[in-house]
Amino acid sequence: MYIEVKDAVKTFKQGGTEFTALDHVSLDIEKGEFICLLGPSGCGKSTLLNAIAGFEPVTSGSIKIDGEEVKKPSIKNVTIFQNYGLLPWRTVQKNVELGLESLKIPKEERAKIAEKYIDLVGLSNFKNSHPKQLSGGMQQRVSIARALAVDPDIIFMDEPLGALDAITRMKLQDDILSISRQENKTIIFVTHDIEEAVFLADRIVVVTPNPGKIKCVVKVPLHGYRDRTSGDFLAVRSRIFEIFNMKHDENIEYYI
Amino acid sequence: MKKQLISLKNIVVSFAIIIALWQIGFMTSNVNSSLFPSPSQAFQALVEMISDGSLFINIGASMGRFAIGYISSVVIAVLLGLVLGRLKCVFQYVNPIVQLLRPISPMAWMPFIVLWFGIGDIPAIVIIFIAAFFPVLLSTVSAVGEVDPIYFKVAKNFGIQQPQTMWKIIFPAAFPQIANGIHLALGTAWVFLVAGEMVGAQSGLGYLVIDARNNLRADILLATIIVIGLIGLILDALLKLLEKQILKSWGGGK
Repeated sequence: MYIEVKDAVKTFKQGGTEFTALDHVSLDIEKGEFICLLGPSGCGKSTLLNAIAGFEPVTSGSIKIDGEEVKKPSIKNVTIFQNYGLLPWRTVQKNVELGLESLKIPKEERAKIAEKYIDLVGLSNFKNSHPKQLSGGMQQRVSIARALAVDPDIIFMDEPLGALDAITRMKLQDDILSISRQENKTIIFVTHDIEEAVFLADRIVVVTPNPGKIKCVVKVPLHGYRDRTSGDFLAVRSRIFEIFNMKHDENIEYYI
Repeated sequence: MKKQLISLKNIVVSFAIIIALWQIGFMTSNVNSSLFPSPSQAFQALVEMISDGSLFINIGASMGRFAIGYISSVVIAVLLGLVLGRLKCVFQYVNPIVQLLRPISPMAWMPFIVLWFGIGDIPAIVIIFIAAFFPVLLSTVSAVGEVDPIYFKVAKNFGIQQPQTMWKIIFPAAFPQIANGIHLALGTAWVFLVAGEMVGAQSGLGYLVIDARNNLRADILLATIIVIGLIGLILDALLKLLEKQILKSWGGGK
């Protein structure tokens, strides 16, 4: 297995009481998979992501990527945050070049690579702008370009579209889906939006709170481009609703 | 542009009012004019100082000291502040000392400064250094403490190592607040330049003040005071401009 989470437990101390964010979570992810961690706020899905990305070590259990224990973040596994994490004092171009600087890539090549990915996310006209001059959707595109520029193996996305309006969000979902097909990266995507998860994921990992546990893993039997209004799509969506007990039986009353 | 014209108009009007009040005060009081000169006498003294060259020589001397004292103070305080801001455990012990030293007027150190460094340029430079040091140091430390943690997460993720984190992430992120401290310190340092030059210096604006007093030239005294105020105003405006420029190139300010 490419990513192996085994018996991961994460506890926090909150004002004297212990709080279990992850309760014996195990999960295997294959290379090139698009995984969505789906669940309500506070269910531990972001904690799980942060643990796999190496930002916060687990209390017990193990997390391995490609056979190696995760101890700290690495430039090979880039995280995209909900509030973008762009450096406001750098232009779009310089933001995308950030990771390339650490990889000691010469200046001209850096510029070339950055331009390629800025172009990929459709922001060529804004490469000399500063993040504050861009809309939220555009800023998130910059941070996607910045992540892709360092050619990572895995991209972690922590509710990346949570701060965007519904229409911008769907547009970006389209783009993320097509980019993920094109670039063939392993992507772990945290969301609380069922439709988003069905639209993007190869497999949906349903996480439930108190304590944070994986309830089940749902394979999404859809391929390539997905139509949000197709029957297949709605069928998968309806299954997820059932898992969250959000479907009520229709009580049809008969009057004769 | 229109905004600048309005603020220029405000400045001209307010200066005109104060000069008019001054003139009225001069005409209605019967104080000896060698104790309370009129605007025109002060202006003539200013012309006299300009024409015999003494004004610009002394401004030059003051600006030289000010530049050395202020710039070295800002550079050292910012560097120290960046380091202390990251080393919270060290700053805990440094902070009480800083809080003890900060309220002491730099002038209180004057006897020691003269004993240790002698007279000449050094006392004024040291006084300016002390005056600018603490506001810049403290604003830098607190600015570093308030840097958004997400920037550190991004830096860690993209493999940015320690020395680079300082100038790639921490300094630019903290800069707007550091600039505030640098700006505040400019005014304080300018106030203490004149005080520093009133003891032991043989040139400079502070020396001009003392010299005018010794020669009972109230007109020169007043003209010098006005020049001190004007230069303070200009320095402040220049620094504001520089600050704006840097913030603009870093995508801040609008």
